[in-house]
Amino acid sequence: MHQTRRSFIKAGGAAALLAALGAALLKPGRALAAWNKGAFEAKSALDAMRALGVANAEDSKAIEIRAPEIAENGAVVPIDITSNIPGTTSISVFIEKNPFPYTGTFDFSQGSVPYVHLRVKIGESSPVRVVASAGGKHYTAVKEVKVTIGGCGG
Amino acid sequence: MADPMKIRATLQGDVVDVRVLMAHPMETGQRKDAAGKLVPLHFIQTITAQLNGKTVFSADISQAVSRNPVFAFKVKGAKAGDKLSVTWQDNMGEKRTDEVVIRAGS
Repeated sequence: MHQTRRSFIKAGGAAALLAALGAALLKPGRALAAWNKGAFEAKSALDAMRALGVANAEDSKAIEIRAPEIAENGAVVPIDITSNIPGTTSISVFIEKNPFPYTGTFDFSQGSVPYVHLRVKIGESSPVRVVASAGGKHYTAVKEVKVTIGGCGG
Repeated sequence: MADPMKIRATLQGDVVDVRVLMAHPMETGQRKDAAGKLVPLHFIQTITAQLNGKTVFSADISQAVSRNPVFAFKVKGAKAGDKLSVTWQDNMGEKRTDEVVIRAGS
């Protein structure tokens, strides 16, 4: 039993490494963007933004964030994000009061529309910050979400 | 092996609406099980969507994405009958790819 588990874990690790290498080789534009551990483990949104190099984002009204004003269940909060900034190539999401605020980055290529819908866990009422990147510049907008039951302790 | 994803890709004008439902626990590493032990971190880290083999959408995500993640995105330059595939990979090296044929919308 333990033998199988051990070899399973080993095989998994090797597969992850290979896949990471493969992903880095296949995506030249994001060669350095292999799952940014530093940003994901940052304890504040600002530190995460610094780790991603987007801390200098300027405020923009061209980013639409649709999320409930009051979320009854913090474990599943739907968020729709659209960037109306021409040439948007990626959208990043930070839930400022979560233990690890950086929630993810979504990349758009081959002319796909800079829109994403996702569902997230929000531990306590928090501003949800979005950063859109276009042409090497970064833009940001914030939306406050109130949570009545947190989604992190489970 | 993880359960298959549910993917819907429908052509609306010149844009394909894609909705994906992935079966994954997305453990935050902070939750305790019935015996009071912490459940280890287990979450999807990367997602890639390809249209006819070309990457059109990709994502790096954290454990803050809800259990059984749902994503929607919009892809241009496709026609009904084209193939759209989605791949995810989690922090334990587990991986899954599913493919659908894009349907014409109403």
